[in-house]
Parts: sequence; structure tokens; C-alpha cells
Amino acid sequence: MIQTEISRRTMLVRLGLLLNGVVAAFLAVPILRYLLSPAIRERKPGYESWLSLGGLDQFPAGQTRLATYRNPVINPWDGQTADIACWVRNLDGQNFQVFAVNCAHLGCPVRWFPQSSLFMCPCHGGAYYQDGSRASGPPERGLFQYQYKVEHQDLFIKAGEMPTPGHAANKTRGENTCA
Amino acid sequence: MRLIQKVGDWFDLRLQMGASIRETAEHPVPRETASWFYVFGSAALTVFIFQVVTGILLALIYVPSAGEAWNSLQILNHTVSLGWFIRALHGWGSNFMIAIVLIHMMQVFLFGAYKFPRELTWIVGVFLLLATLGMAFTGQVLRFDQDAYWGLGIGASIASRVPVIGPWAVNLMLGGPIIAGATLSRFFALHVFVIPGTLIAFVGLHLLLVLKLGVNEWPMPGRIVRRATYLQGYHDLTHKQGVPFVPIAVWKDIFFSGFILISIAGCAVYFGPFGPSGQPDPTIIQTAPHPDFFFLWLYALLSFLPPSSETPILLIGPAIGLIALLVLPFIAGEGEKSWKRRPIAVLSVLLIAVVLGTFTRLAQHAPWSPVMDAWSSQPIPAHYLTGRTALERRGALVFQEKQCRNCHSLDDKGGQRGPALDSVAIHLTPDQLVRQVIQGGGNMPAYGKNLSPAETTALVAFLETLRPAGQTPARDASRSEAALGASAEHAPAPGP
Repeated sequence: MIQTEISRRTMLVRLGLLLNGVVAAFLAVPILRYLLSPAIRERKPGYESWLSLGGLDQFPAGQTRLATYRNPVINPWDGQTADIACWVRNLDGQNFQVFAVNCAHLGCPVRWFPQSSLFMCPCHGGAYYQDGSRASGPPERGLFQYQYKVEHQDLFIKAGEMPTPGHAANKTRGENTCA
Repeated sequence: MRLIQKVGDWFDLRLQMGASIRETAEHPVPRETASWFYVFGSAALTVFIFQVVTGILLALIYVPSAGEAWNSLQILNHTVSLGWFIRALHGWGSNFMIAIVLIHMMQVFLFGAYKFPRELTWIVGVFLLLATLGMAFTGQVLRFDQDAYWGLGIGASIASRVPVIGPWAVNLMLGGPIIAGATLSRFFALHVFVIPGTLIAFVGLHLLLVLKLGVNEWPMPGRIVRRATYLQGYHDLTHKQGVPFVPIAVWKDIFFSGFILISIAGCAVYFGPFGPSGQPDPTIIQTAPHPDFFFLWLYALLSFLPPSSETPILLIGPAIGLIALLVLPFIAGEGEKSWKRRPIAVLSVLLIAVVLGTFTRLAQHAPWSPVMDAWSSQPIPAHYLTGRTALERRGALVFQEKQCRNCHSLDDKGGQRGPALDSVAIHLTPDQLVRQVIQGGGNMPAYGKNLSPAETTALVAFLETLRPAGQTPARDASRSEAALGASAEHAPAPGP
């Protein structure tokens, strides 16, 4: 008698655990979806879009200037962090190169030195030539480049995501300009 | 006193915990463990509790929003009464906690405490170390300044190199496509909820294991740990010659914890809070980010690794280190405990300490980084210019203008990325200098496209003057041979 009662109770406990397991599995799906949303959220067309850097007159021919833009995907509380900088090189008035400020080594902001025509990184000493190709230091490649286009005398770039070494390797973010 | 006794009895009748608490407090420990060497674990626990308290105090003001965090830190520093002091306590508490945890780890390793039956205590301790370092990194992010912003960029760049899932890992880490509000929010959640919760659970487990298995006895050379006999031997140590933990051993723990808390407060008063440095505005690129003290060694390592092996070492190295720590108690679970009979263990600790210390020291100077303003802030020393020709002085001007000084020092002033050039003329011939300047190489950019022939000539003329007084410049022996040959050919011809 006692034996059967215990086994009945044991079975009820197991059924109860099973019920909780099923509920947990159902809840895990939305929770995981929520947690992973930054990585999977509408990856098509992705985070990137065309945005304006302003009129061409800001970028004199033969010079490299710092430009800033407001990131296209932002939250209202992002503050200054949504303002992103990039280096615009006007080769000859017709052709441009737009570089990410992020060093191709570990993402620190590179600075442009017009006197020596070099980009230098303050973190681990990476250096790049004026065309963005690697000059020296730990970076394995040249600076990341944004796609650009000129419309109505405005310079547009395709941007919206912080370039990182792994990401840039998967996508064609400008040609790899290792000379 | 009688009232206290009565109140105590009232609670104990209901809680019925008095007897077990007393038993736990007075549990016997080996006599020799009532030592100043056994105080670091309890000190780490004290500082952890201290960090929880000061962290809650900071959370009363701090705003975990990318747009407001930096401002709220400024208000803590300058407006809220003694807000700077609470920030300083939390910041210095963090440094002391890592230091004490590392010392504790070193001590238990050298005392062989990870051996049977305390393998699990060690493994939990390894996870406690990881959690502590995780708290340090996430805490550095919450101090949302330029160092935090670009530090996140470095973290994302490393994460992006993981094969296949790299880009997704970056988005998950940042909470979006860029370092922004979502990034700070998730590091806040990690720093305030996830990791402290894990820490509390693991600390509880760690303590429970110490109580269940007893504190590691003082290692005696020749007293070998054997699985078959250890437990009986330890039982004899504690129950035949042992002393009660309270009060025989605990007073040292209490004094040391108090000393540590005073030290934290002293540092907080004397040195003040850490930062914040500049605003986390990514359009301000005039910045030289560097990590907090306990990550400086990593900063140095990242600049020394050869580019080709950097990614594999960064991704596989930590895993190997972690596995080594986790399997240690299984491959060395028995045997000699005393550091006097474990030379490899002692040498390993020394090697790791020297390596980490050296890297940390190097990172404080960062000789691999160009000095960004050396070219405009460090004049050429006057004695390199006196008595020089116009061409050589023009070369000195090129040297400054082309920012050579950012990487090359003269008179110890300037960058250390490249070699100091005070005596370059005795190492390189003029031809070699021209080649080096124009083609670069050996980690130097090529300046061929950026220097006119006249500038190159002037620059090399200046570099040729850079040698200690009385030393002859480097010369190409084949040149003199060629010159000799030429003169020999001309020898028969009658000179003028």
C-alpha cells in the first residue's frame, strides 16, 4: 500500500518536473531571442546605410580631413557615443578614400599627420600610409575603408557598424589596400 | 548584559542556529595555520563585502546611460558631498581586491593547498579569480570615459577575431552595431547583477568547502599527501593537536582585514578617485587610451606579439592558461606540499610574477607607441646644431617636420618606437641611411613618396652628424676598395 502510494507521488513529482521543463523550454525561446537580438536583429540589410558627410567643399583636393556623422542606428540615450568620426582623403577632387578612425589592430583612434603623410595609432604603434595601407607596427592589414559615393555635391558613405578585424575580413569593406 | 542574553535566547529559541554557529566558529584547525600566511582569503572576502557596500553607495547617484554616465561621475566627484571619496574607496578597493586575490592564490599554490582533497576548492577559486577580473574589466567600463570607450573597442576587436562567430560576438558584446548606450547598459548588468551574483554563490561554495574539508595544514617537507592516508592524518592534526579557529586563529584575520581597510581608505584619501578621463566622445581622437593597472600587462603583450601569431595566441592562450589551472589539482593531486621541495612550483610563480611585472612596467612607459606631439614639443638639442652646415641644419628641420621624432629620440627625448638616433652615424653608412629613410623596413614606414630628393639629402646629411665626439662615422669598406682600385688604375698616369 505504502509502496504504491510512494510510486504514485514520485510519478506526480516527475510529471510536475516535466511540466516545468516544458514551460522552461517554451520560455527559453523568447528569452534567447531577446538576448541574441543585437546579433540577429534584421541582419538584412544589416546595420549599415548610406549617410551624408556633408558638402564636398569641406574636403579640399589633396588633403585628408576628419569628418563626423551620427550613426544611423541609435537609441535616444546614446549621447555623444553615437557621433562617429572618419578620415576623408580627397585624392584629386574626383576620387576619395574614407577610412575608419579605428586602427585595424585593436580599434584605437588613428591620427593623421599631414607633414609625414602617415596615420599613427597611439595604442600599440600601428602606422599607415596616406592611402590607408599598412606602414608598420602590429596591424596585419590597412585601415578599414567605407564605400562612398558623391551625389549633388555631397559625400555619402555606407556606414553604421564599428569596423573590427574579424568583421571586415568577412565583408568587402573597401579593398584591402596592402601595397 | 542580562538583557542581551535574554534577547539572544529569544532569537535562538526560534532560529536554533546558535549551537551550529558556535560549533562552526570553534572548529579545530591545525595549530600552525593560526599564521599570518593564512589571512589573505578572509581579507579578500572582507574587501568583496566592502566593494558591495561602496558599489551600492555609488549606484545611488550613478546613471548607467551612455549620454549621462560621464556627467554623473563628474557630479559624484565634484558636487555630491564626499562622492569623490566613495568613488576612490571603490576604485582602490578594486585594486586591493585583485592584489589580495592574486597573493591568496600564490600562497595556496605554494602551500600545496590544491592537492587532495581540496581540488574543488581550488577550481572554485579559479572561477572566483575569473569573476574578480571580470568585475575589474566591467567596472573600468562603467567609468565611462575615453579609456573605457576605446577599451571596449579593443575588447570588440579581439572578440571579432574568433573564427566564424566573431562578428556576432561583437554585436552581442556591444548590444548593437557600435559602442553606445546598449553597451554600457549590458556592462552595468554584468557588473552589478550577473558577476556579483556569481561571486556570492562561488564565495559561499568556496567557504563551505573550506569548512567541510578543513583549512590546508602547514606544509612540512617530507609529509607526503596520499589519498589513502591523508584524511586520517589531517583528522589527527586537527583533533589531537588542533586549536579552535575562534579565537586562536581568527584574531590575525580580523587584524589583517582591518589593516587592509585602513590602507584602502588611506589610498582613497591620499590619491583620490580614478578619473574619469575625457568624455566618451568618439569624435575626440586626440587620446591615448590605456587600461587600468591590472590589465597593463595585456596592453604590453598586445604590442609585442608578432602580427601573424597574435590572433591564435589571443584566442588560444587564455584557454590554455585556464585549462592548466583547472587540471593542476588532478595531475598534482598527491605528493609533496612544501614549497621547499617543489622547485618547479616556486620557479613557475617567480617566472609568472617577473613576466607580468615586466610587462606592467613596460606598459607604464609604452615605448612601442609613437609620442604623438614629440615633433612639435621637443626641440632638437642645441649641441646637435652648433657648427653644422646649412644643409645639415635644413636636415634637422626635416627631421622635426616629418615627425621622425615621434618614434626616434635624441638626448632621450622623443618616441622610443624606433631606435634612438644619437649615434646612428656610427652604425649606418650614408647609403644605408638613404635606403632606410626611403624604403623603410624593420618596422619603419617608407618615406620615399613623402620626401623630395633635396629633403632626403638634407636629412641624411643631418643624420650623418649624429655620433659621439671622437668616433668615426660608419663607412662602406668596399667603397674605399673601389676608390683604391680607381686610384691604382690612375696611378701610372702622371699626377698634376
